Amino acid sequence: MELTLWTYEGPPHVGAMRIASSMKDIHYVLHAPQGDTYADLLFTMIERRGQRPPVTYTTFQARDLGGDTAELVKKNIKEAVERFKPKTLLVGESCTAELIQDQPGALAKGMGFDLPIVNLELPAYSKKENWGASETFYQLTRTLLKEKVSYSKKISPLRWKGFGRRPKVNILGPSLLGFRCRDDVIEIQRILSEQGIDTNVVAPLGASPDDIERLIDADINICLYPEIAEASCEWLKRNFGMEYTNTIPIGIKNTIEFINEVHKKLDFPLMNKKELENKSKLPWYSKSVDSNYLTGKRVFIFGDGTHAIAAAKIAKEELGFEVVGLGTYSREMARQVRATAKDLNLEALITNNYLEVEDAMKKAAPELVLGTQMERHSAKRLGIPCSVISTPMHVQDVPARYSPQMGWEGANVIFDDWVHPLMMGLEEHLIDMFKHDFEFVDGHQSHLGHTATNTKELLNSEEKKEKNNKEGIIWTESGRAELTKVPFFVRGKVKTNTEKYAILRGIPEISDETLYDAKAYFS
Amino acid sequence: MSKVEFNKETGPREVFCGLTSIVWLHRRMPDAFFLVVGSRTCAHLIQSAAGVMIFAEPRFGTAILEEKDLAGLADAHEELDRVVNDLIARRPEIKTLFLVGSCPSEVIKLDLATVAEKLNKRFLGQVRFVNYSGSGIETTFTQGEDGALKALIPLMESSDEEKLLLVGTLANNVEDRFKKIFSNLGISNIESFPPRQSTELPKIGKNTKVLLTQPYLSDTVRDLKHRGCEIISAPFPLGIEGSTQWFLAAAKVFKIGELKVHEIISPLINRAKLALESHKEILKGKRLFLLPESQLEISLARFLHNECEMDLIEVGTPYLNKDLMKEEINLLPDNTKIVEGQHVEKQLDRVRESNPDLVVCGMGLANPLEAEGISTKWSIEMVFSPIHGIDQAADLAGLFSKPLKRNQILTSKTLLTH
Repeated sequence: MELTLWTYEGPPHVGAMRIASSMKDIHYVLHAPQGDTYADLLFTMIERRGQRPPVTYTTFQARDLGGDTAELVKKNIKEAVERFKPKTLLVGESCTAELIQDQPGALAKGMGFDLPIVNLELPAYSKKENWGASETFYQLTRTLLKEKVSYSKKISPLRWKGFGRRPKVNILGPSLLGFRCRDDVIEIQRILSEQGIDTNVVAPLGASPDDIERLIDADINICLYPEIAEASCEWLKRNFGMEYTNTIPIGIKNTIEFINEVHKKLDFPLMNKKELENKSKLPWYSKSVDSNYLTGKRVFIFGDGTHAIAAAKIAKEELGFEVVGLGTYSREMARQVRATAKDLNLEALITNNYLEVEDAMKKAAPELVLGTQMERHSAKRLGIPCSVISTPMHVQDVPARYSPQMGWEGANVIFDDWVHPLMMGLEEHLIDMFKHDFEFVDGHQSHLGHTATNTKELLNSEEKKEKNNKEGIIWTESGRAELTKVPFFVRGKVKTNTEKYAILRGIPEISDETLYDAKAYFS
Repeated sequence: MSKVEFNKETGPREVFCGLTSIVWLHRRMPDAFFLVVGSRTCAHLIQSAAGVMIFAEPRFGTAILEEKDLAGLADAHEELDRVVNDLIARRPEIKTLFLVGSCPSEVIKLDLATVAEKLNKRFLGQVRFVNYSGSGIETTFTQGEDGALKALIPLMESSDEEKLLLVGTLANNVEDRFKKIFSNLGISNIESFPPRQSTELPKIGKNTKVLLTQPYLSDTVRDLKHRGCEIISAPFPLGIEGSTQWFLAAAKVFKIGELKVHEIISPLINRAKLALESHKEILKGKRLFLLPESQLEISLARFLHNECEMDLIEVGTPYLNKDLMKEEINLLPDNTKIVEGQHVEKQLDRVRESNPDLVVCGMGLANPLEAEGISTKWSIEMVFSPIHGIDQAADLAGLFSKPLKRNQILTSKTLLTH
């Protein structure tokens, strides 16, 4: 048993939902009790999706457990297939259903449907969300392509030459609830097409089962997010001989290395090598004198494996920071993160406990934190600037504007996102320095929160103002008590409105009732 | 009883489970900790429902079951012991620890009652342990509070003192208002359950008159009755009408004349009606569809129809306790269609067919419906906002008028002709 106050990753079936929701013409029947439907809001609220995730929850209840839950599963599968007419059906169970062992996948396969059925067995008591997403994508790929294995020849990355067409690649790994995947895909496709390379399929994001069957039309695979796609890429390599890339194009150096790797695999000459260096503003912005103050800034990094490793490289080699802490919550990526940390003379922090991360952050005394939304909270408490570089997703991580992490534009975004909080930090410093000057206007507040203002001070100052009320209106004790109960962010407005009301009505003393009278009057 | 139409439906549901109620219960009792014994799903559910409300170490957590806990129950009990010890060492200020059962802990029959009993002996005088189930196989959303309150009843001492006991979590400012109004009526001995401190449980007995503030407390009511409490039959204090009848019902039990009640609350009613006016203008004649979730649906339907003049298409409710809801159902217009339970797909078909102006639904469904051009109000907001009482009637109406108003602004022709 593990005490968890907050978790970086959801359960594995949420990973399966990410794959199903990313794709078209797929439906997922999930043997689960009613509360598990909470997961829908991750997609509809955080990703602001205008469609429900394609998931049917069997909704078994305690009273069903004595009876025939298998029948309930079959009823739901039948209804889902008839209603949604998917081209491929995923069937699986959440943590509770795993315990009652109805084997919904086997049940579905016995129902005589004429469509591919993927039986998902995702151990909820030992695995987590990213593993679940990876396993689901792998099982789906395998189910849809396994029949083509035996009579398929090995796919040579050079075969495009013989076909007399441009090279063609698959981009694998982008999914919903993945960090900036939507925009990374656009950026990477743009980079590849500038190089004369076509995209065959992007999956799972936006793909249909038909697209999965077309994966083997490409010459190589781009493994964009190993957390999600490495297992599938490995299977495609083993069974079809398809090569896949290992470099993650986050940061200038990695993007250049990525382009080189793709060209090398395809044996496709790289034109205008020199130009690559000038595709992003990051190198020059980092070199410009204005960035001198970035040198040796202490930075603490925590996130998923892919983004944490990339961040460490950019921080050290492209921005001239000093990395003083590196860690991940992705156990599957622990080995790689440890290796990266070792190169930086650090010991990697591998944990799912955000309090441990906060402790490590405190000890490292960084000037900038690059982390998840949880590290943003921790950094805020410690008064350290922070930029978010990784999942778990928050509604802020799905910005309206184009905002990739990968490629040239990704490097621009990263420069701004990491450096601006530091500038704000500098501003904070200046505010602190000049706050005793008479020109200093009270009320300057930085993004770092309200560490300077405690509630008691606020109440005291409000009390003083109340006594100095120029209209001579008196706040009675009940009125004042009521006012303190109003949330601080609207308290000022409520106070002004109530006084305005009192003046209007010629009420000399404001009681709690006056407050409510005024509230009703102005509503 | 008015002639309402009762229907039942079963099938796939789109509702939260009882664990969700921890989000408001832990805020109500700042000296309590809620420890869910469950899976990563449970932990993920609570943090997702709570949004990023965790700005510090939260007073709720999950003891996540792992493979080895499933292998042997004896070991699981021992493991839970260890987790609790660690937790109490870390949070010595905790006075009451709720062990909350979940779907997996119920299915493997983890005996939390026995665990709680053992822990109570060990931590006697330091921390009290109670247990209840918030599992989705037994409870829906707000029902979790019912379980938590029921679990506290055995800890409440007996007293024959006459008192009014308000039962159900209220926002603190609303609770204060209610107490003030009751004391103006001449009822001065008033307590609330749950209290603001978990250790300050009210004493109860045969002269305790229970007035419910929330409609989802069936089990709590039953146990309070067993302890001799008198349950005051009333609609729930949502809107002017419900609140007025609620005050009147309590006053009657305390032998306070109706005239006196009207004298005290008339000014409140008058200003509330005034405040309600602008919302009513927007809501009047609009057609409302309520999907089941918070269990407040019937009271909301009554308020939105009787006081805001909305038309009711369908009133969904996760479950129906006709006894507890009797007074509410009486106030509904004839031919109201109540649907207990859910088949979410069929219900959404009916939503689309009936072309409502506003749908009350869970967060998972809101944006998809908005994308289809249907305005929505998420039901979870109802349990986080101060909506009870006469003074809050306009705020309550505002929760429903706002999406319609917003829709009007965003689709206004002035944008196009600009």
